[in-house]
Amino acid sequence: MVETNQNSQTSLDFNIEKFEPKNESEIQQIIKYCFKKNLPIEIVGTQTKQGIGKNLQCAKTLNMSQFSGIIDYKPEELYITVKAGTPIKTIQEELKKNNQHLAFEPINFSKIFKTNSNEGTIGGTLSCNFSGSRRFRVGSARDHILGFKGFNGKGEKVKSGGTVVKNVTGYDLSKLITGSFGTLVTLSEITLKVLPLEAETKTIIVSGLPLEHGLAIMSSAISSSNDPSGALYYPGNLRNNFVFNDLTHPGSITAIRVEGTKISVKQRIENLIEDLSLRDKKLAILDLTQSEIFWEVARSIEVFSKNDGNILRAVVPPSETLNLINRTKNFHPNYFIDWGGSLIWMELDYLSSQKIDQLRQRILAANGYITLIKSRESVKSSSEIFTIDPIKFKISQNIKKSFDPKRILNPGKMYTGI
Amino acid sequence: MSTLKMPRVDRQTLKNKDKIIVDISRFTRKQNILSENEELKPYETDGLAAYRQTPMLVVLPETTQEVSRILSYCNKNKIKVVPRGAGTGLAGSALPLADCILLGLGKFNKIKEIDFSNRCVVAQPGVTNLAITHAVQNKGFYYAPDPSSQMACSIGGNVAENSGGVHSLKYGTTTNNILGVEAVLIDGTVVRIGGKVFDSPGYDLLGLITGSEGLLCVITEVTVKILKKPDTVKAILLGFSSMEDAGNSVMKIISNGIIPAGMEIMDKVLLEATNNFSKAGYPLEAEAMLIVELDGTKSEVEELIKKVADICKENKCTSVKISKSDEERLKFWSGRKAAFPACGEMAPDYYCVDGTIPRSKLAKVLREITKLSKKYKLPVANAFHAGDGNLHPIIMFDANDKTSLEKTEKFGEDILKLCVKFGGVLSGEHGIGIEKRELMCEMFNDNDIQQQINIKNSLDPSSLLNPGKVYPILRKCAEEGRLHIHGRDKSKFSDIPRF
Repeated sequence: MVETNQNSQTSLDFNIEKFEPKNESEIQQIIKYCFKKNLPIEIVGTQTKQGIGKNLQCAKTLNMSQFSGIIDYKPEELYITVKAGTPIKTIQEELKKNNQHLAFEPINFSKIFKTNSNEGTIGGTLSCNFSGSRRFRVGSARDHILGFKGFNGKGEKVKSGGTVVKNVTGYDLSKLITGSFGTLVTLSEITLKVLPLEAETKTIIVSGLPLEHGLAIMSSAISSSNDPSGALYYPGNLRNNFVFNDLTHPGSITAIRVEGTKISVKQRIENLIEDLSLRDKKLAILDLTQSEIFWEVARSIEVFSKNDGNILRAVVPPSETLNLINRTKNFHPNYFIDWGGSLIWMELDYLSSQKIDQLRQRILAANGYITLIKSRESVKSSSEIFTIDPIKFKISQNIKKSFDPKRILNPGKMYTGI
Repeated sequence: MSTLKMPRVDRQTLKNKDKIIVDISRFTRKQNILSENEELKPYETDGLAAYRQTPMLVVLPETTQEVSRILSYCNKNKIKVVPRGAGTGLAGSALPLADCILLGLGKFNKIKEIDFSNRCVVAQPGVTNLAITHAVQNKGFYYAPDPSSQMACSIGGNVAENSGGVHSLKYGTTTNNILGVEAVLIDGTVVRIGGKVFDSPGYDLLGLITGSEGLLCVITEVTVKILKKPDTVKAILLGFSSMEDAGNSVMKIISNGIIPAGMEIMDKVLLEATNNFSKAGYPLEAEAMLIVELDGTKSEVEELIKKVADICKENKCTSVKISKSDEERLKFWSGRKAAFPACGEMAPDYYCVDGTIPRSKLAKVLREITKLSKKYKLPVANAFHAGDGNLHPIIMFDANDKTSLEKTEKFGEDILKLCVKFGGVLSGEHGIGIEKRELMCEMFNDNDIQQQINIKNSLDPSSLLNPGKVYPILRKCAEEGRLHIHGRDKSKFSDIPRF
């Protein structure tokens, strides 16, 4: 029997497994139906990040990719409102027409997961909250969401926030739903802060430094008033991923990005070279075009896209990074370091849930956390993907219940029981 | 106390007061429990001084463990708890209840760690905002959010209210500048959220707690991010013959890709009042004045100052004055910071409204505010954080005149409704507290509010932590719970700059 909703002009066939709603009314009807029937739903966009988190086997799939489009863009107000299924690429192209961008550099996972979907959707990007090299300067996705509309696990439409940056009007649910992997709300509309594109970008690259020295340079650069917008380190074994006219020295890469007006960038590059005593080092300065390509490699974790290895993401206080890398040598990871020394991307040929636990213990001891990004299904199903302690687990369970009492939205995607 | 509807007083709790004192003294030193009327008096109000209520008890714990045991006891015995930092908040979020324990965090006043290598400071919640900057400025660092009450307001209170300041457009508010907290839930559970790293996995509990106005937990430690001070900071004063021209200039500056560190507009009334007060050298002939602050490297600041001046000239500015020294820059700001006391010179009482609107609506909203000023026959002076659209109209009135008081409240409400109507929000940085509680229905429908209340219930099922704040008690916009304010006391924290 085909069940249809009587209260709407659209008639939906609820017996199908995969829904592709085209408007809010359809999203609401589907969730209300699943709530009534206790049916778990997997919410997906263009599936570029579907591999992150536990694999789900839900009765229904809500594919949001057809719910796409720009609703309102006010360049002079520095915001854009879009439907949740809008591709990141579409948004960035639109913003570029007005010399603006999403400054948090959404991570493009399509290369490591070998998908090609215009870098995924904005809904997926916010649900995962993974942000790029500019993190320490401008914040992450959660710092750039101004407001949202969506549907909770009962199919009730809820909204929070607005279009302005200064807003203390009730709990900041925009932050709460960012990084919740679709387990609290199915996003429908999202308003994001946008920022002007900088006129000039240059990158200082110091070649051949040992890790300890590279980390020290990144730390000094960030702790200076030269206001860099990126600082990362690739060990020597990853050097051959980079072919640039101006990068001639061999060995490891320590890179500092500076963005701003032309005059400012020139001055700050000079200051950094002077302040960090880089003049006698193996130095290269990448211009705007080369810089864009260089940082794009980090944004798409491209150096780990060639192998089919396991990928982990560790975040520790920068002062702990050197020690941690030394203490994980026996795992033989390929690694590179972003966020000025705080974010460590690791690639391991062999991984087991036991190994993940051992790594997790070392990273927790360094006051950090680890997230399993990519692995075989057998490893994922038997491992903790995200780090959580029992107290926060209990709080998270309570919060989940307040949005989704029957646990039908992406159940178990982050943690078993949530 | 006004007739604002507050949660029902639990007579049984009041009857048990003596027993509660004995019980609580098992958890903290006896001298940390205040129960006599004269001891309680200083705690009967916060920065929204028109509302007063003596709490049943004030308890001033000294350790996280004490907070945990007190909260756990209150939860078991169904005793309401109102957390309080420095009590400088302007929305009444720390207003006591007659049957509550007011939990003052004033004894949590130590900076626990300064960590330059990870660019952060770990502080107890009672440490003042400015004390953090003072602790790190010897190495050229500072803490970015700078609410105007920063010399007095506490960092714990800043987290509870998601405080901003004049530099929010470029540097964000509290939520963008903290890395972690230690907090205690009503059942006594101590939880550490975040730490010295960004974006801890799982739900963003840090984001949820920040700005939750003491309804979800009591904060016992805060880890904040610190930044290196910029090389050069300069300010430029620009006079305009109309608010439209000033507003247009703000829009043009932003659309030219410039994000100033601070951008403030003052109207003629405030310009004159503050200039008389602090001799800041403002262009008195102007109808509106813009202060733009730019920071960065020397050459960058010079380049941007010139660009801003050019943009404003194209938008018919009538005067341009660039700070030649840091002293002069601070003098430019001194007038702006004296907005409250200057208004205090012009009328017996004043009331500062806080709402946010889209930047492009500044001139329009101001015209509407002028109309309202005529309608209510009450003078108003206007200050805006123009960069982020945060309005602070200051209504002048006489609290001894009951009609004037009622009109002021109505005027304030109308301004906030205007903010929402023009696409903005009810509060930019002061919070909702009790002040705007009943206006929440202007922005949110029943579903939206119920979802927020469900979150509250999931963490505090008996609604004991700061009940009666933020969410409308009656939940029907037609039945406004907010009524009269009596005897607004402008002397409360009148020495703290406000803007």
